[in-house]
Amino acid sequence: MGGYISTVFGSSILTWITFLPLLGMIAMLFIRSGKDDDTKANTDKIFKWMTVGITFVQLVMAVIIYLNFNNSLTGINNVDGFQFVEKVSWIKATLPMVGNININYFVGIDGLSAPMILLTALICFCAALASFSIKKSVKGYFIMYLLLDIGMMGVFVSLDFFLFYVFWELMLLPMYFLIGMWGGPRKEYAAIKFFIYTLVGSVFMLLVIIALYFSVGSFNMLDMMDPAKYLPGSLLAGVNTSWRFIAFAALFVGFAIKVPIVPFHTWLPDAHVEAPTPISVILAGVLLKMGTYGILRINFAMFPDGALHFQFWIAVLGVVSIVYGGLCALGQFRVGKRDLKKMIAYSSVSHMGYVVLGMSSLRPEGMVGAVLQMFNHGTITAMLFLIVGVIYERSHKRGLDDFGGLANKMPIFMGITAIAFFGAIGLPGLSGFISESLVFLGSFKTYPYLTMISAFGIILGAGYMLWALQKVFFGKLPAIWSGPWDPTHKIYKHDDVNAIELGALIPLAIVVILFGIMPNPLLNMMSASLDHLVEFVKVSPTLFSSIL
Amino acid sequence: MAPQTLLALGTVILLLPLLTFAVLIFFGKRMGRLSGHIGTAVLGIDVLLTIFVLITKYTTKFAETVANGDTGLFVKGALIQVKFTWFSIGNFDFRVGLGIDNLTAMMLLVVTLISFLVHLFSMEYMKDDSRFPRFYAYLGIFTFSMLGIVLANNFLFMYVFWELVGLSSYLLIGFWYEKDSAANAGKKAFLVNRVGDFGFLIGILFMYSTYGTFVFDEIFKSMGMGVLPFGSGTVLTIAGILIFCGAIGKSAQFPLHVWLPDAMEGPTPVSALIHAATMVAAGVYMIARVFPIFTADASTVIAYTGAITAFMAATIAITQNDFKRVLAYSTVSQLGYMVMALGVGAYTTGFFHLVTHAWFKAALFLASGSVIYAMHRSAHHLEDHHTDVQDIRNLGGLRKTMPWTYLTFLFVTFALCGVPFTSGFMSKDAILASTVAYGMLTGHWLIPLMGFAAVGMTAFYMFRLTILSFNGKPRNKIAEHTKENNFYIVFPLVILAAASVWGVYSLNPLNAHTGWFYEKIKQPESAVPVEYQWKHNLVEKEYDNNPVQGAIAGTTSAVEKEETITRFEEAVEQAHYPAMILSILIAGGGILFAFMIYQFKFFDADKFARQLGFIYKFSLNKWYFDEIYAMTVIGGTVLGAKLLALFDNKIIDGIVNGTSWITRLSAKFTGIFDNVVVDGMVNLTAKVTGIFGLGVGKIQTGRIQTYVILAVIGLITLIYIFI
Repeated sequence: MGGYISTVFGSSILTWITFLPLLGMIAMLFIRSGKDDDTKANTDKIFKWMTVGITFVQLVMAVIIYLNFNNSLTGINNVDGFQFVEKVSWIKATLPMVGNININYFVGIDGLSAPMILLTALICFCAALASFSIKKSVKGYFIMYLLLDIGMMGVFVSLDFFLFYVFWELMLLPMYFLIGMWGGPRKEYAAIKFFIYTLVGSVFMLLVIIALYFSVGSFNMLDMMDPAKYLPGSLLAGVNTSWRFIAFAALFVGFAIKVPIVPFHTWLPDAHVEAPTPISVILAGVLLKMGTYGILRINFAMFPDGALHFQFWIAVLGVVSIVYGGLCALGQFRVGKRDLKKMIAYSSVSHMGYVVLGMSSLRPEGMVGAVLQMFNHGTITAMLFLIVGVIYERSHKRGLDDFGGLANKMPIFMGITAIAFFGAIGLPGLSGFISESLVFLGSFKTYPYLTMISAFGIILGAGYMLWALQKVFFGKLPAIWSGPWDPTHKIYKHDDVNAIELGALIPLAIVVILFGIMPNPLLNMMSASLDHLVEFVKVSPTLFSSIL
Repeated sequence: MAPQTLLALGTVILLLPLLTFAVLIFFGKRMGRLSGHIGTAVLGIDVLLTIFVLITKYTTKFAETVANGDTGLFVKGALIQVKFTWFSIGNFDFRVGLGIDNLTAMMLLVVTLISFLVHLFSMEYMKDDSRFPRFYAYLGIFTFSMLGIVLANNFLFMYVFWELVGLSSYLLIGFWYEKDSAANAGKKAFLVNRVGDFGFLIGILFMYSTYGTFVFDEIFKSMGMGVLPFGSGTVLTIAGILIFCGAIGKSAQFPLHVWLPDAMEGPTPVSALIHAATMVAAGVYMIARVFPIFTADASTVIAYTGAITAFMAATIAITQNDFKRVLAYSTVSQLGYMVMALGVGAYTTGFFHLVTHAWFKAALFLASGSVIYAMHRSAHHLEDHHTDVQDIRNLGGLRKTMPWTYLTFLFVTFALCGVPFTSGFMSKDAILASTVAYGMLTGHWLIPLMGFAAVGMTAFYMFRLTILSFNGKPRNKIAEHTKENNFYIVFPLVILAAASVWGVYSLNPLNAHTGWFYEKIKQPESAVPVEYQWKHNLVEKEYDNNPVQGAIAGTTSAVEKEETITRFEEAVEQAHYPAMILSILIAGGGILFAFMIYQFKFFDADKFARQLGFIYKFSLNKWYFDEIYAMTVIGGTVLGAKLLALFDNKIIDGIVNGTSWITRLSAKFTGIFDNVVVDGMVNLTAKVTGIFGLGVGKIQTGRIQTYVILAVIGLITLIYIFI
């Protein structure tokens, strides 16, 4: 532990890390994109490096947060357990019928959100480097990118539900444009599908927020976790009432869409296939985690009775996601266009299923495994999409049949790819193994049969990953690759990875290996909070009933 | 010597090959041939350290120490181990560690010495390969992972290194990945192993969720005190079988043996190291490591699996024509012997066969490598690139041109066939005696029956291979122009053949039980409650006095144990000489038969095959395992995946898109409704209001007189109404 740095210029470091991109956005607004090719190339370069610089500063801040983080504090429902807290009154108004509205700017992190901050900062930095391949309206792209960054950070630091919702929705807008304008051939379809899906989830969430507000009388998330704060006789007061279960289910669906949990997942393959590489990276690396983060932070902590009530079905959904996603990923070899990105998208569904299974176990191993899996899936899948991006940059192809024999052409790239692919397979020594094992260890104690079924995922995972690895890297190079380099389209160029690409891939690879061998730094960070969460969910419903 | 030093040496032995991997993967390309020298030298140091550790371990009696708490150094009996926390969650520590007992020390020597010899062999064999440094890097990580399995004292490390071994096997089988067959074989090996690991993982989950620890001796201790998974002996049997699934995959047992023959796509030194001597033996080693947890029922399953494997693989080996594939099936068969031995409860014997087999099978593979290498050079010289140099029908007469290879090959073939004065004879006979004893005590006679049948077949196919390859006249110019290889290749062969002489283990060539091996490697006591054990494995006194309860592992003192032997041990002694004589006769018969057909040509082999018809084809096609799996498991999964992907695409997404369509449709209707009805109403209202206004407007004349009259009329009306 270093010195205790929690505030910078009087504001919490969380405020700085969240709103730092805003400074960049404002600065970019004043820089005019060049008119002709030469000046445009120059200004584009400025936008790119500015974004890299800002995300790098964010990463440094995240490391500072990590170094100053007190592992022993619990958080979750305990306000004293949160760190780097800042609470300022934001909106104060008296409205007819509603009464006094008091919305706070209330931020802080605990062991559940801190790893997500690290992940977001890391992924945003790597994806910013991967954004160098963007050629079209660069200025707009990076402004959107930074806005997205604010939204993501904001979701993880918010402790006020209204604020949370604002950031949640804020993130949607740039994402829609980033897919819809910089995406592939079916970008409009994918973007609108993503948007509407998520919006449906948001509507559910909004309804519950309103119900909670009227039941509690404030938007403070921590108040919503405290049964004593509920107004007697209000809609969501009490324990194990049907309204509470309905609210739990509505919130769960809202978040399940984001994860995505089968059967709410079909936006993901389309969004991934159409999104540009860096956006896929962010989508898989950070956005999906918001769903499971929301389930833990909001569903589990605010409705522990609902969590216990639906525990088994959540586990079932997790197992279904694991097996279904795995089979669909394997199925990509047989139907359709054999798109590598689509396969990885389905593998995400499968791997996020472990998160859901782990949390449903309501055991410390499973819960820690789930959050660790969120982090590890973020880094590993980000690598996978970056890898597809590297190939796509050189060939403008992504199909599994378009390649072969790249191992000899791009040996360094091959080595990095092997780390990512075997990380996804769950090879020991790489980070995915630890989190998957913890999930299995936790869930086996709660649901042995479901866990046995879910363990098929490890066979399926090896199946599609090795299949893809062989298709792309082994065998012989297809004829199109040995053709001459086409300078106009810059395709068929198969140099090994360049410095920028390495800059994005190497940090992730180091993290994947490091946390595979020494997971303790992350585990220590999260285990106090997550132990507390498990305890809270298991104990509080009975405790509530005795109080009320 | 302090036990800490011994463990520290063990750790150094473990980490040195990892170091070569790390160095060679980054700097190998620049080093070129130097990388081979580095790898070999490091392994040489490893071998010396291992020999030191082995001798120290076998000659020193360490004082017992018990660490305070859960982590630290533990010395108890013959086991020296260290436990430490890998990572922790809250207050719970995931403890792992390394341990050295006599079994470990022996296995360390097997792994490091064969690895060293293979490193040496590859200096010549792989010298023209463009990825020579990469090869040595992979050998390094393989050796590291394999040593990890050997040193692990807990399930977690066991599983970690188990998977890493799988990775290195994948990399080395697919080393020549430009060939589709090699890439496919690597993938197949990894996937088939994953199927076994699936069971292994669930078995480990059973253990962890019951005992709350991964460390072997702690699990044994709790189990000995009567703690069982879900409180049931049946569940313990299931858990044991699930753990055994890991060995089924890794040690290529029936029905997951299909990957091993394909793995021969890898370079031959790799076949010798990984797919003959060490990695495939890891499954057997693992069974030995966790031997105390197997119940009687689980052991029976293990014994039958081994017996079936031994028999089945032998029947397939008879008809194969690829030099390496014959040896591969022979490996599968011999692994079956080891598993069978452990299954019937002959712990030391099973491990003994693992060790003897490691030397002679590595020798056989390296000799085959020597042949293939010589044939390649010869073919290259003659510019013949079409002849398959691994096909034994293209060999012949190599006895003259490659005398060293021939002599060593012949000697280790004797060992494999179980000819007296070889190590293989001693270990195989001990196994057969154990199975006979098992048959006598339990009535499972099918196990020894299959074991003896495999002896005959082994002798036959090995001499078929030897005669066709080395005897007679060269069948073509390539074989005629082969030359003996140099020191790098011949030296390992000689060492390995020397290690297969009986005297290495016991001076009495007819009985290994009197040698040092049986003295040092002792069968551990079972941790399973007595009611779930074979009664014949209990010490007589315990059995008589406590038929059901009381005799829990660890409660009898060592003195009592030496005085009494189990019924099983008694039966093994009885069966020893009859089994030996029978096996010599059967092996001799097999050898004789091979000579009659292939050397003296009393019968025509092809005619014989034709007469056997379906049986011949069944064997040639390897019992159609690959075809059956392709149709059922793989076909089923792929079909399921395909259907599910379609389901996802058409049904689930169909619902999504359908909802969108319905929404748009209803939006259209709403639009029309809005345009026609709602807007119509609005316009109608406006119109009506307009017309009305127009009418009323007429009253608004602007003249005051009219207004006054209207006001008066209104007033009168109001008065009239209200009053």
